Amino acid sequence: MNSLFTQEVPVSWYLLLSAVLFSLGVVGFLIKRNLITVFMSIELMLNAVNLSFVTFAHEWHAVKGQIFVFFVMMVAAAEAAVGLAIIIAVFRARATLAVDRIDLMKL
Amino acid sequence: MNGSLHLWMIPLLPFAGFLINGLLGRRLPKWLVTTVALLAPLAAFGIVLNAARGLFGMGPVSGLLASLGFPGSLGSLPYSETCPMGWINIGTLHVDFSFVLDQLSLVMLLVVTGVGFLIHVYSVGYMGDEEGYARYFSFLNLFLFFMTLLVLAGNALLMFVGWEGVGLASYLLIGFWFQKKSAADAGKKAFIVNRIGDVGFLIGIFLLLANFGTLTFSEIGAQLGANPGWTGGVLTVIALCLLLGATGKSAQLPLYIWLPDAMEGPTPVSALIHAATMVTAGVYMIARTHVLFDHSPFALGVVAAVGAATALFAATIALVQNDIKRVLAYSTISQLGYMFLGCGVAAYSAAIFHLVTHSFFKALLFLAAGAVIHSIGGEQDLRKMGGLRKKLPVTFAVTTIGVLAIAGFFPFAGFFSKDAILYAAFTQGENGRVLWFAGLVTALLTSFYMFRLWYLAFLGKPRGESGEHHATPWSMLGPLVILTALSIGGGWISGAWMGVGRFGAYLAPAVGARAAETGSAHLELMLSIAAVAVALVGWLAADLLYRQKPARPEQLAATLPGGYKLLANKYYVDEFYGATVVKPLLVLSTYLLDWVVDKALLGGTAWLLGGIATLAGAILQRWQSGNIRSYAAWLAAGAAAVLIFIVVPWPAVLASLSAIDFSTVWRGIR
Repeated sequence: MNSLFTQEVPVSWYLLLSAVLFSLGVVGFLIKRNLITVFMSIELMLNAVNLSFVTFAHEWHAVKGQIFVFFVMMVAAAEAAVGLAIIIAVFRARATLAVDRIDLMKL
Repeated sequence: MNGSLHLWMIPLLPFAGFLINGLLGRRLPKWLVTTVALLAPLAAFGIVLNAARGLFGMGPVSGLLASLGFPGSLGSLPYSETCPMGWINIGTLHVDFSFVLDQLSLVMLLVVTGVGFLIHVYSVGYMGDEEGYARYFSFLNLFLFFMTLLVLAGNALLMFVGWEGVGLASYLLIGFWFQKKSAADAGKKAFIVNRIGDVGFLIGIFLLLANFGTLTFSEIGAQLGANPGWTGGVLTVIALCLLLGATGKSAQLPLYIWLPDAMEGPTPVSALIHAATMVTAGVYMIARTHVLFDHSPFALGVVAAVGAATALFAATIALVQNDIKRVLAYSTISQLGYMFLGCGVAAYSAAIFHLVTHSFFKALLFLAAGAVIHSIGGEQDLRKMGGLRKKLPVTFAVTTIGVLAIAGFFPFAGFFSKDAILYAAFTQGENGRVLWFAGLVTALLTSFYMFRLWYLAFLGKPRGESGEHHATPWSMLGPLVILTALSIGGGWISGAWMGVGRFGAYLAPAVGARAAETGSAHLELMLSIAAVAVALVGWLAADLLYRQKPARPEQLAATLPGGYKLLANKYYVDEFYGATVVKPLLVLSTYLLDWVVDKALLGGTAWLLGGIATLAGAILQRWQSGNIRSYAAWLAAGAAAVLIFIVVPWPAVLASLSAIDFSTVWRGIR
């Protein structure tokens, strides 16, 4: 038991978690109809990637990966602000958040 | 050479006039347009006179001009000005932007700017009521720019620029009344026919460059001078190419057909461009490159043959033309043939002499014809004129002088120059006699058709409906009077009773003295008596047919229907060219180039490419559903594909696949 706690968690576990989270994000993005859920799925994918960054940074003792995570978080925050504003604007205009109905971009 | 002669200003002044009138002319008041248009050639003429003043010995005027900053003298010709920046410097090719003033270009410049100015003045009266007044004068100035460029050019390429430029100005002015289809067509015809000749000129330039390594006339002359034994061969080819160019510009056989049609332009244009200056550019070019022709007896013979044939050919057509301007046009072609004949017997100074006198009397005749046309309301048919002597006394008088001059009567200008050419031809040897005889017959015909014109237009009874007669303004009469004086006295510049005399000696440094003068003063006198005698015969024949028995010409035409129709239809040359050149070219263009190449090949290819793109778009546009989740799905699928491509160890997979023995598998399945 003792060895279980003193032992470091292997890198592959982190990566596996990251991959699972990312896949959940992708699946959520693809199958969910609510715009806000879709949006949350995007955030999930971003954070899954962040986890990979941190893992590799720790593994190779490179600080660049950590810095990159901060960048991603910052951009994600900005994106969240803009995205939520758009979602509100869309809701005001169409009174719906169903992605399938917001298809004005169609040729 | 003390100081600069400011040669560069000679072309530049008319160019400035062209820019001002061409760009702003429509907004400027008419008097300003006139002033600008007249000042440009006048100032250019002044500069040329300044450069030429050693020729006339104008001592006091020289002092005045020198104090105004125009120091110049004829001290050492040739004199040249070169643009310090250079012009074309590519590898071994060096072409300078250089102007050369020698005796030849000086004489030519005096004619171009002097006669050019007179015709500008005349145009003020003639074109006064026209719609595109400023446009007309800007084109006329443009012509002077290119013509002076052509004359001053120190190398063949710069000359070619001027050569093409005068062609452009000619095109623009022939088609001045472009609303009229015949005028627009005539402009195009002139331009296209000239292109054929220009191809020859251009090939000649390339050959010059290939064989001499330079295009500068003086250097070519020096190289040939260093190799006196170099004759024939490639020099003949070059000379013939240049001759082709000259036949286009100077309306010689076989490319003369554009000049009669060019009469669609305003009459002063016909006088300036299509009689006095531009069409003589071919003669000038041959005189300028005479060293090449001197080294190729064959090419010289061709020049002489072309000249004599054209002179005779055009004169016969002129016999039966009824349009006053067309008679003069064929007369011009014929006289240009005379000049070529002179060049062909290496009597360049005689040819240039005839060029000068011809520019006087032919400009006079054209301007007088313009005055006639102007005063009787645009009628050009000789059959509808008649009896204009009383109504237009001044025009009648100047035309009489012009007719006497072109017919070659002593002491008018044409006598001297025509005589010089005939004498030079006669003393050329056996072939020279034939050339001389052709010239003599041409002189007879010339006299006949000019007096025919004279009788039909001015004497007899009025035949047309006598509408209102406009008075001729002084701006038109003034140039006529000056040109009349030149037509009377112009021949005396030779400074001799017969032959080219002092004029030949003056030109000799530029065009070379003619070798082998085998004749004598006695022979020369006999020849001139013969020339005047045939001119007299021509006059008497015209007198008989058109004054005493006005019914005879029609009877003659009736008795010789074939001959008359042949002449009246100008030997069917236009029809012949139409059938042999234009029609096949049109058929080829329509069926092969337009239908097969353009429409089928190029158009088909473009259509095919466009069709593929449209089809692909029609299929692929279904992808753009507007559904964000479908996009995301494609994105994910793509990412997955890339991932699989990267992650799967393909070499190992392929190796294991190839290791499978499919024959055993197949057998196993069976």
